Amino acid sequence: MPRYASIWFPYLLAESVTRKRPELRDGPVVLASRQRGRMVIDAVNAPAKAKGIHVGMVVADCKAIFPDLRVLESESGKGEKIIQALAEWSIRYTPFSSVDLPDGLILDTTGCTHLWGGEKEYLESIEAKLGGYGYTVRCAMADTIGAAWAATRFANPRCIVKPGKQKEILLDLSPEALRLEASVLERLRKLGLKRIGDFIDMPPSVLRRRFGAALPLRIGQALGQEMEFVIPVEPIEPYRERLCSMEPIATAAGITIALRNLLEILCQQLATDGMGLRQGIFRAYRIDGDVQHLEIGTNLPSRNPNHLFKLFEHKIATLRPDLGFELFVLEATDVEPVTDEQAAIWNAASQNDAKIGELLDKVMAKAGRESVSRYLPAEQYWPERAVKKAMPLWEKPVTPWRTDWPRPIHLLSRPETIEVTAVLPDYPPMLFRYKGKTHHVAKSDGPERIEQEWWLADGLYRDYYCVEDESGARYWLFRSGPYDAGRPEWFIHGFFA
Amino acid sequence: MEAEVKREMARQLQSKIDAMQGLGKRSERQQRNALSPFGSAFPGGVFPMAAIHEFISYEPSDAASTSGFMTALVGKFMQEGSLCLWIGNGTKIYPSGLGHFGLKPDRIVFIDAPTAKLALWIIEEALKCEALSAVVGEIKELGFTESRRLQLAVERSGVPGFIHRYRPQAENIVACTARWKITALPGNTVDGLPGMGHSCWDIQLLKVRNGKPDSWQVSWSGNNFAPIIEKHIVPQQERNVG
Repeated sequence: MPRYASIWFPYLLAESVTRKRPELRDGPVVLASRQRGRMVIDAVNAPAKAKGIHVGMVVADCKAIFPDLRVLESESGKGEKIIQALAEWSIRYTPFSSVDLPDGLILDTTGCTHLWGGEKEYLESIEAKLGGYGYTVRCAMADTIGAAWAATRFANPRCIVKPGKQKEILLDLSPEALRLEASVLERLRKLGLKRIGDFIDMPPSVLRRRFGAALPLRIGQALGQEMEFVIPVEPIEPYRERLCSMEPIATAAGITIALRNLLEILCQQLATDGMGLRQGIFRAYRIDGDVQHLEIGTNLPSRNPNHLFKLFEHKIATLRPDLGFELFVLEATDVEPVTDEQAAIWNAASQNDAKIGELLDKVMAKAGRESVSRYLPAEQYWPERAVKKAMPLWEKPVTPWRTDWPRPIHLLSRPETIEVTAVLPDYPPMLFRYKGKTHHVAKSDGPERIEQEWWLADGLYRDYYCVEDESGARYWLFRSGPYDAGRPEWFIHGFFA
Repeated sequence: MEAEVKREMARQLQSKIDAMQGLGKRSERQQRNALSPFGSAFPGGVFPMAAIHEFISYEPSDAASTSGFMTALVGKFMQEGSLCLWIGNGTKIYPSGLGHFGLKPDRIVFIDAPTAKLALWIIEEALKCEALSAVVGEIKELGFTESRRLQLAVERSGVPGFIHRYRPQAENIVACTARWKITALPGNTVDGLPGMGHSCWDIQLLKVRNGKPDSWQVSWSGNNFAPIIEKHIVPQQERNVG
């Protein structure tokens, strides 16, 4: 059964100012902004409210009645920022905290309150903490977000609605407690429905016809008959483990122990879900607020703590603990299902794949991701483009490798110019000079004409010749373009075995 | 009968000694026939699988021949579905060309190490991984200590390692089982027909532990080594080497 806590800050904006200027706290303070040529009050604090000042009054009128009123300029958008920060702060009470604009928070406290000794103690702790910061806070707890919201604002302070008792608390409250629009409230008031109890038991179809779809929906949400969702300020990562340390940790040995513990827990969790880690981040929070992180990636999903530790191991030295780390967080940012676990018992090949995957992970962690590549045939003739990198590394070739044309075993990444003597045009060269050495051609094959793919690049075609010199060394030469345009250039492009 | 028992015992002892001397354990999967021309030089007449083979070349064309010969050897070792690692530091290998030597180029994972030191580390790590069917390393310099580390890794895992040293400073003493030098020979064509013919190599086994250094002239045709019995082979001394 879920439990929700609602926190309401009745004087949020005014108190965000007075908590930093305590001398103002006991007197009436209002925040005002210029609207249509006059100063209008946007927010008030508790003493001002006690004097009857409310939001929407004109500052000049209030000043006339209370000359000692302190008027401060209000900032637009400040309320959202403060409430966001407070929602992030309240993550210490529950992992699921969300913003309830304009001046409240909703916490999903399911399974959290026993850590504070009970729901009452939980709310007391929140009130005391926020009170210490200078905020007036109203809290309530209920089974539904709607009921908790209503109880916070319209019931007794620190109201804990017992499980299943939402309806009892709502009966005596005014319709405003249902988070309705002003027009609906106006219509309810006109019809004399002053308490929620007056209409809560009416059939929803009747309410919907008279007051629109919002009213039955809000009633349903407050009673728990309709689902209501809120967005947490920090999304809950499914694979994230945290480890707090009592004392700051400043040694590599300490960090190693922390990392090993976290990996152990994370891998267990991954194993129960049948998942494996592909990408992981290890974050270390230093006591001065600095956050450092180490990242790893794997080729195959892995949940072997020893292997993952090895990937992190040599990066530990890059952390700068200075005064020490107080919190370590390990998160699997990318996971993939491990499907072949069962097959691995029977099939040695998949076990081998895992071993090779671990080896390549190690290499990539040390030499960089780009250093490892596998090649597949590409359906192109131009030699530089005839192979492509396999992405990902385990991609299977879709077309077979061609062996019908001679291709060298060593290819120069950039063809090098050579000087050539050829007997006749379109004949293989008789001799060629490469790197200051003259090679007499004894045997040759060719030409093999390879055209540029015009849809990819412009340029001359190449006539490739395989030639063998007198010692038996074999080369792959080409002439760029035809003879008729002056002296064509010759290049060496590769070496045959 | 007694002689038979003794012979069997001697054979077992010899295989133990071989294992201790870095020639690897004799396993059933060794294919005698596939590597038939070269087995004879090695102790026991078997091409050692769990060993480091060192190759030295100086000319670009010889380097290509060496790569071709290594590819052919790796192709013989590869089993269906297994992988081979090719580690280099700026390697020039063209995958499309490997297919001619009985090796599917997509079964090779190429690793381009940023430094030679890192390349050595990767070769050692790779040799420790039993799941690989072969490891090829292209490095310039290999010291005695490093070679011993590689040899020890191989003896434990049984993965054959081929180290290709292109233009090393010196042919220093290393702990590898064998040292080879491959040079290209003029191709053999049938009945003097025009064209290039099959690749031919002069294979020199310069050093081999407990074996007899030897040399072979073979051609690569039909995915197999075929000895050349031709007359036009140029003797080694007359060719300009180095």
